[in-house]
Amino acid sequence: MEVLSLLGDGMLLSLQPLNLTMILIGVTIGLFIGAMPGLGSVNGVAILLPITFLVPPSSAIIFLAAIYYGAMYGGAVSSITLGIPGASTAVATTFDGRPLAKQGRASLALVTAALASFVGGTVANVLFTLFAPLLASVALSFGPPEVFALMLLAFATFVGLGGDDIPKTIFSICFGLVLGAVGFDQISGAPRLVLFEYNGFLQGIGFLVLAIGVYGIGEMLWTIEQTRGDVTATTPKMTIKGMASDTKEAAKKGWKGTAIGSFLGFFVGVLPAAGATPGSLMSYGVAKMVSRNPDEFGKGSVDGVAAPEAANNSASTGSMLPMLTLGIPGSPTTAILLGGMVIWGLVPGPRLFVDEQEFVWGLIGSFYISNVAALLINLAFIPVFIWMLRMPFTILAPMIFVLSIAGGYAATRDMFDIWLMVVFGIGAFFLRKFDYPLAPAVLAIVLGPIAEPTLRQSLLLSSGDPSIFFTRPVAGPITIIALILIFLPLLKALRRMRTSAKKPAS
Amino acid sequence: MKFTKRTVMGLLGATFLATAPMQAVAQDWEPRKPIDFVIMAGAGGGADQIARFIQAVAEQKDLVNRPLVPNNKGGGSGAEALIHVSGTNDPDHTILVTLNSFFTTPLRQENLGIDIQTFTPVAMMGVDPFVLWVHKDSGITTFEEYIETVKEMGGEYVMGGTGAGQEDSIVIAFMSGAYDLDIKYIPYDGGGAVAKDLAGQQIMASVNNPAEAKGFYEAGDFVPLLAFSDERMPAYPDVPTIKEKGHDFSYYNQRAVVGAPGMSDEAAAYYQDVFTQIYNSEEWQGYLTSESLSPLWMDAAEQRDYWALQVENHKTLLSALGE
Repeated sequence: MEVLSLLGDGMLLSLQPLNLTMILIGVTIGLFIGAMPGLGSVNGVAILLPITFLVPPSSAIIFLAAIYYGAMYGGAVSSITLGIPGASTAVATTFDGRPLAKQGRASLALVTAALASFVGGTVANVLFTLFAPLLASVALSFGPPEVFALMLLAFATFVGLGGDDIPKTIFSICFGLVLGAVGFDQISGAPRLVLFEYNGFLQGIGFLVLAIGVYGIGEMLWTIEQTRGDVTATTPKMTIKGMASDTKEAAKKGWKGTAIGSFLGFFVGVLPAAGATPGSLMSYGVAKMVSRNPDEFGKGSVDGVAAPEAANNSASTGSMLPMLTLGIPGSPTTAILLGGMVIWGLVPGPRLFVDEQEFVWGLIGSFYISNVAALLINLAFIPVFIWMLRMPFTILAPMIFVLSIAGGYAATRDMFDIWLMVVFGIGAFFLRKFDYPLAPAVLAIVLGPIAEPTLRQSLLLSSGDPSIFFTRPVAGPITIIALILIFLPLLKALRRMRTSAKKPAS
Repeated sequence: MKFTKRTVMGLLGATFLATAPMQAVAQDWEPRKPIDFVIMAGAGGGADQIARFIQAVAEQKDLVNRPLVPNNKGGGSGAEALIHVSGTNDPDHTILVTLNSFFTTPLRQENLGIDIQTFTPVAMMGVDPFVLWVHKDSGITTFEEYIETVKEMGGEYVMGGTGAGQEDSIVIAFMSGAYDLDIKYIPYDGGGAVAKDLAGQQIMASVNNPAEAKGFYEAGDFVPLLAFSDERMPAYPDVPTIKEKGHDFSYYNQRAVVGAPGMSDEAAAYYQDVFTQIYNSEEWQGYLTSESLSPLWMDAAEQRDYWALQVENHKTLLSALGE
């Protein structure tokens, strides 16, 4: 097969000493950038771009892609050990990673994250290698109605996310949607929901600000309240033998989530405008929906760590596809990579695969190598990450607080966001006390700003006729599945109410 | 691994040492931290491509001692960027890549309280023309066939653009008025998204800058029908202009860099010098040619006059649109 020989050449190219060195350095830097809250791969790639002008273009892009890869692995680290999402792509990892860590099973969570990331990355690479041109045309066939249908499907999977309390879940989704609507209206350009006339709200509410507030600060307040400061420190042990048994357990319990995340994440990543964050959240929802033990989710499910971690790696490879084949970046980080490519004289777009074969296949080959390197480096560092957890809570708690504040500030460099984050943290604490699920709100603030404009574009296309979501060949089936998923739990709840109403009568 | 890292650092150090004395003579002021390089549009569009190209040239030639960190703020037709830049607490480290929404957005949204004359002129990098594109599968090859098709569709002809009052909508509105066309207009958040949806035939036509459509044009997917430039473009010699069709109209998007309001004179001089060097670089001149931009160099005072003139022009254009 021609593809395989091209790929072989590409791998050989990326195994050249210079390129391999760039991969190893890039992955290590990426791992730490990803693990630092607030310092996502976007900042990392932007700041390190100038260094790449010292090496040939193909090595430079391999270096940047390796950082991107490493950061996707690293994001899980602070999500699991500290409960602060290291990057927006790793928010879903906190849902179950943090509970696992609290049970003293941080090493299991970290090993699961690393393995799932590896599988997700590899599946994505294979799909990319075999079907790149085909997938590019799939991405093009997704117009506004299709994207909206997909978003609807994502919300549908999350209706089942908040446990059985559907009204509270729907409240949580609506709350997130309102927060997501703050700022400028994308369609008309008019400012909306500028609360208390604060100019800070004009820019919208940053997702990372919300996530760090809810999971970093909110979680810490919760822990303090639950334990009254008397945290019995779990003393996680770290041995080679322990890691081997963790690997076995991760493979056994997490394969389903990994499989879902790998494929779904890749597909969502391929669609321009989506990227790794929606991909990981959607995979989490689907993994929960199809799981035999959905109740375990949110309390330390291995699948719940595996799905988002597999998805964010697979989506990050996926989002390279629209960048390379269409010249449209699928994520903020690929947008910066795009800038680098232009200056190196590589014009992304439909002609790139034809005109620059060596470059394209070198890059794809390097994805495979980076993925292996990232897995090994990550596994090697796990004992270091675990060691952080041994610190007493009285030291850890202020550290989490400081890291949360620093992380929130690093993202936008705006003090307004810090205050907002603190408010969200306190708000999340109370919502949690009243048993409101928070994950659906987090999902809504990510997907709302994608769903709303596509809904309005679709209705403009059809002159206000909602049947456009049912009659188009791709959008139709997705919409119908989404509606079934939304109404199924409602019907179940109704039936349960009816049977329980009947019981006292009989 | 360590050896290479050290080598890289050494090289970096050497470049720095080599250029530092020269810069010290030419400049009194230098950035002390990463520069917030705000872009008035979403990722992938014309303004974004240019910003990233400029960033790359600046880094490659080592023209700035701190990185330019691109920051896309396309919300509200660029209002988000204008608010962000005018509200910055560090005007010396905040610069903005503008397009014509720099003029139109403050006009359309007076409640933002933005006066563009308070911004600091830095550099006019060029002006970007507009072209009418259709997908090759539509079978349309000339502007006349396009007019005929739009009229036959009777209000069902779908075009995409970057939003009401934005550059392309002004061009489409003029064209619709001149030829009595009824077009369904779908707003997107950037020129890149518009081009992608034309490639996927979600929309039937678009008015995009050549840079945004070039990849699809070269792959044979897009057909250019009409240019809204003063003269035919060298890269598209067979594409007629709307002037040839008898309408005295041309429209360009400005590709300019401006500083935040309240930027110190020393910082302004620094950025003006940096961007003059970028403008004169082989890379930028090559980009102007390959992406069909027209050069329009101006000094700081001329830029302020140009802003005033454009505000007046857009007042007329927008009122004709009924905005």
